[in-house]
Amino acid sequence: MNQHADSSALAPTEARVYQEINYLNADRGVASWLKTLDHKRIGVMYFVSVLLAFLLGGIFAMIVRLELTTPEPTLISANTYNRMFTLHGMVMIFLFMIPAIPGVFGNFCLPLMLGAKDVAFPRLNLLSLYVYWTGSALVLWGVITGGADTGWTFYAPYSTTTPMTLFPVLFGVFILGFSSILTGLNFIVTIHTLRAPGITWMKMPLFVWAIYATSIIQVLATPVIGLTTLLVGIEKVGGFGLFDPGRGGDPVLMQHLFWFYSHPAVYIMVLPAMGVMSEIIAAYARKNIFGYKMIAYSSLGIAFVGFFAWGHHMFVSGQSPFDDGAFAVISMLVGVFTAIKVFNWVGTLYRGAIYVSGPFIYACGFLFFIVFGGMTGIAVATVSLDVHWHDTYFVVAHFHFIMVGAVIMAFLAAIHYWFPKMFGKMYHEGWSMVAAVFIVLGFNATFIPQFLLGNAGMPRRYYMYPERFTTLNVFSTAGSTLLAFGFIIIAIYLIWALKYGDIAGPNPWNSKGYEWLTSSPPIKENFEHTLDYPEEPHTYHEPGEEVEHVVI
Amino acid sequence: MSSSSALPHGEPHGEQHGEEDPHSNPHLAHHFDSMETQNHASRLGMWLFLGTEVLLFAGLFLGYSVYRHFYPHTFREASRHLNLVMGTINTIVLISSSFTVAMAYYSVKKGRNKAAAALLAFTILCALTFLCIKGFEYHHKFEEGALPGKWFHFQEMEGMPGANMFFTVYFLSTGLHAFHVIVGMAILIWVLRRLLRGDFNPTYYIPVELGGLYWHLVDLVWIFLFPLLYLI
Amino acid sequence: MNEIMRTILWLPVQASTFAKSVDQLHYFVITVTMVSSIAVGLLAFGFFFKYRQIRPRQSTPVVVPSVKFELAVVVVPLVFFLAWFVQGYGDYVWYTTPPKDTMDVYVMGKKWMWKFAYPDGPNAVGTLHVPANRPVRLLLTSRDVIHSFFVPDFRIKMDVLPGRYTETWFEATKPGRYQVLCAEYCGTWHSQMWGEVVVMPPAEFDAWMLQQKVGLTERVDTGGDDGPAFHGTLVEYGKKVAMGQGCLKCHSLDGDPHIGPTWLDLYHRRETLETGETVIADEAYLTDSMMDPRAKIVKGYKPVMPTYRGKLTAPDAAALVEFIKSLRSQNLDNTPSKEAIYEPARR
Repeated sequence: MNQHADSSALAPTEARVYQEINYLNADRGVASWLKTLDHKRIGVMYFVSVLLAFLLGGIFAMIVRLELTTPEPTLISANTYNRMFTLHGMVMIFLFMIPAIPGVFGNFCLPLMLGAKDVAFPRLNLLSLYVYWTGSALVLWGVITGGADTGWTFYAPYSTTTPMTLFPVLFGVFILGFSSILTGLNFIVTIHTLRAPGITWMKMPLFVWAIYATSIIQVLATPVIGLTTLLVGIEKVGGFGLFDPGRGGDPVLMQHLFWFYSHPAVYIMVLPAMGVMSEIIAAYARKNIFGYKMIAYSSLGIAFVGFFAWGHHMFVSGQSPFDDGAFAVISMLVGVFTAIKVFNWVGTLYRGAIYVSGPFIYACGFLFFIVFGGMTGIAVATVSLDVHWHDTYFVVAHFHFIMVGAVIMAFLAAIHYWFPKMFGKMYHEGWSMVAAVFIVLGFNATFIPQFLLGNAGMPRRYYMYPERFTTLNVFSTAGSTLLAFGFIIIAIYLIWALKYGDIAGPNPWNSKGYEWLTSSPPIKENFEHTLDYPEEPHTYHEPGEEVEHVVI
Repeated sequence: MSSSSALPHGEPHGEQHGEEDPHSNPHLAHHFDSMETQNHASRLGMWLFLGTEVLLFAGLFLGYSVYRHFYPHTFREASRHLNLVMGTINTIVLISSSFTVAMAYYSVKKGRNKAAAALLAFTILCALTFLCIKGFEYHHKFEEGALPGKWFHFQEMEGMPGANMFFTVYFLSTGLHAFHVIVGMAILIWVLRRLLRGDFNPTYYIPVELGGLYWHLVDLVWIFLFPLLYLI
Repeated sequence: MNEIMRTILWLPVQASTFAKSVDQLHYFVITVTMVSSIAVGLLAFGFFFKYRQIRPRQSTPVVVPSVKFELAVVVVPLVFFLAWFVQGYGDYVWYTTPPKDTMDVYVMGKKWMWKFAYPDGPNAVGTLHVPANRPVRLLLTSRDVIHSFFVPDFRIKMDVLPGRYTETWFEATKPGRYQVLCAEYCGTWHSQMWGEVVVMPPAEFDAWMLQQKVGLTERVDTGGDDGPAFHGTLVEYGKKVAMGQGCLKCHSLDGDPHIGPTWLDLYHRRETLETGETVIADEAYLTDSMMDPRAKIVKGYKPVMPTYRGKLTAPDAAALVEFIKSLRSQNLDNTPSKEAIYEPARR
């Protein structure tokens, strides 16, 4: 089939063809999947894995929220509760958030977006999947049998002195780190060396820029958490006393080492989401991205500046006021980069031709949540305010606004955008919009009360709480059930669509993204022929048409 | 970035007019368009991985700096209790091994595989020597009781604040380093095996290069550890 | 206005001088946050209507930002953020700089309770009595793991670390009872590690304090299970510790130079160290000298003091510091320690 860089030959109502022999069925049998070197299959396996992780993490979250419906013990004991929020945090962060968008959509889309046949190191790619499975299994087994109750942040000296077995969990996290490093390394090399002729750096889709920035952070920051888990584990098992004040150690050193990774880690989570946003908004508004260069550079900016902001998690740890001030200012700079992106995304909508569908609703939700969540981030970076908010539900609400409100909206948008490409089928668009509304509303109902709880002074990780916090907690739990309901609806119609959905065709959205230039689902080799890439990415006009240029 | 010319629109992959099909080279993976690009990608990948190793050790160097700052007198005193002779020998051994592994790479590039094999074997021997000497040092420390954390019972430095902390940092850093020496040694043994099997020639020697790069990192970490632990 | 905002935002009462300032900035920041997020949401929503797709595969113009636009997008948020930073950091520096005339209280956190000790007064578990309108400084340490001392009504919080003292201060403005919560996860009953600050009108507080001292049957809590109960003030306990630990073998109490600097008028004395630096002998320096005596040696003295790390519990060290503080001669002059006259035998 002759394929052109602009898909005017394919109107949505014509040529909805399902690629019969595609990457999903080209080789048969479980062994062919487990030994695959195809980035698309690896992406699909990551997809199933992270969704399972999300389900687990969600169950733990629901248990936590149900327990918090009353101020007294409700369902479970204090120790079980502490293990539940530890599990929720560890599973959601290490097993879901970090690998999700890069592992699923980075793997699937990156080579397609670059016109490549695969990532640079396909065997390393498969290895990173295996390492992910191994690390995840170890973490889950470790928490369940060992009873880890330290919270996902496992601060010393509590983590080094608690009688609970922690070593398997820490070792599991250590192993998961390698998965992250290998993925990041792979993507960086892919972007540097496997761009098809014609795709220069400034013609790469913005999702690729986002993945590039993410991968840099993955490669540079993850070793430090590896070291931290190693040191805490060794101290716990061997009594080395590196963080034990009784032996001359300093527990705050552990916090520095921990947050040196864990702050950039949040940008590992958010940058790919921002990349997805750029793709979605451009596609559904049928418009060039307003300020392409600024969005590209601001991704790099966030990655760079994000490395120097970690101390804002430690404002009341006994750190010097000078350090506190320095970290505060640097953290605010990251906000500036985010503001640039937000303005540019909204600017993209200006004079667009917007098609409303599930992904677009998620995009709108994303815009609201990232501004609200981002600015509350600036608020907690304001040192005097953080004294009150640190380790309260205000912070919990802030990061859930970003991690759920922004990142998971983006993840859902990505699923709904690329599902037709990955599986060749369309889901029911009406239901996708219904689910999106449930999710946006449920999310607000869950987490806005938590901002107020933080204001009122309710600390984090509280099994029982003073009675005056009851109303807000009940609201929050109610909201979370709405949120859970939304996810269940999505799961139902997506699984249904896999079998019974309409055929999507190569480009149901008439998107100008490069990945839409091949069949749905793609053939194993990605493209039958090499393509021309004469235009900027995301430009929407018919060939030969007069293009209007506007400068704001 | 490799700049192979843009293929004409609509041509299937791999056929450039009038040139040999690069995919006849068994070493070339199907998704790369030339060995040049593939080698470049491999090198970039290894450099990135070395970057991660640097960051891993950076945390330990940070720990060292922090505790040295807290206990300057003790750290100075404790470093005098390390065996300077053995440490210096180890340094010379490692630096020489870095030289020989670089020479091995150069030899393969020039087609002198026998020389390369000998040089690689010598490098591996140096690694083994390093580990043995380290083993002696550790054994001595065990006997003295100059051990980390709760195992510390070193009479000569009893009562000095932070003494056990020096040895904690010492054992953690040199231990992690020794682990990397073992890994590096394993990599070089694997490379030597392939060399002896005849896998490498002047057109294909990238594993030798990458193995050598890893070894250089192992050496580099020691070059920083040695003065910090033994000399100051 | 303040009350309306405070109620909408579910903020607790403002019971300290710091609270009001913090809340003002809070209102500013939150208002801008709400306004901008709603504005962005509405703008996107508006665009969605105005620029909705009319026909499939509709073309759109290529819209690019000018340099001026991009600059504005950077500068405007940056100005807001920096303004908040300046105001917030200013408040924060005020928060971390206790005034000179504070009433000190030693706070010790341990799983899962708070213990309070006055330098020259009683001790208590769980309840801290303070006067209103007088600055109070808290010197906090932990017995085991990291905790965090959080009083929402005062808007203060400070982590409580083992092996170290951290410090915070407040000035309560309204008599009443205010909850203390632990804000750093510390195990099973982290969520029950509560305390209470009882703020009393100054006169009432003074009366209460006097009554407590007269009682003097209060136990000086030596940290729980180690050591016999001691009846007396922290200062008296400190003297006992000094005698028992051998401090008085090297440190005199009457001004005479000896193996170590004299303790008379030591507190807040400006000392010159052997490195040439000068240091003020405050609580931190005194505690550090007990734990790591070779680190900052006063000029003219030999490094012969052994470390007391592991030998002195946190309350012991606190008591010693209070004892040293109590040793003041009539004429307070800040002269450095006189030269040592004792020549130790060669090591």
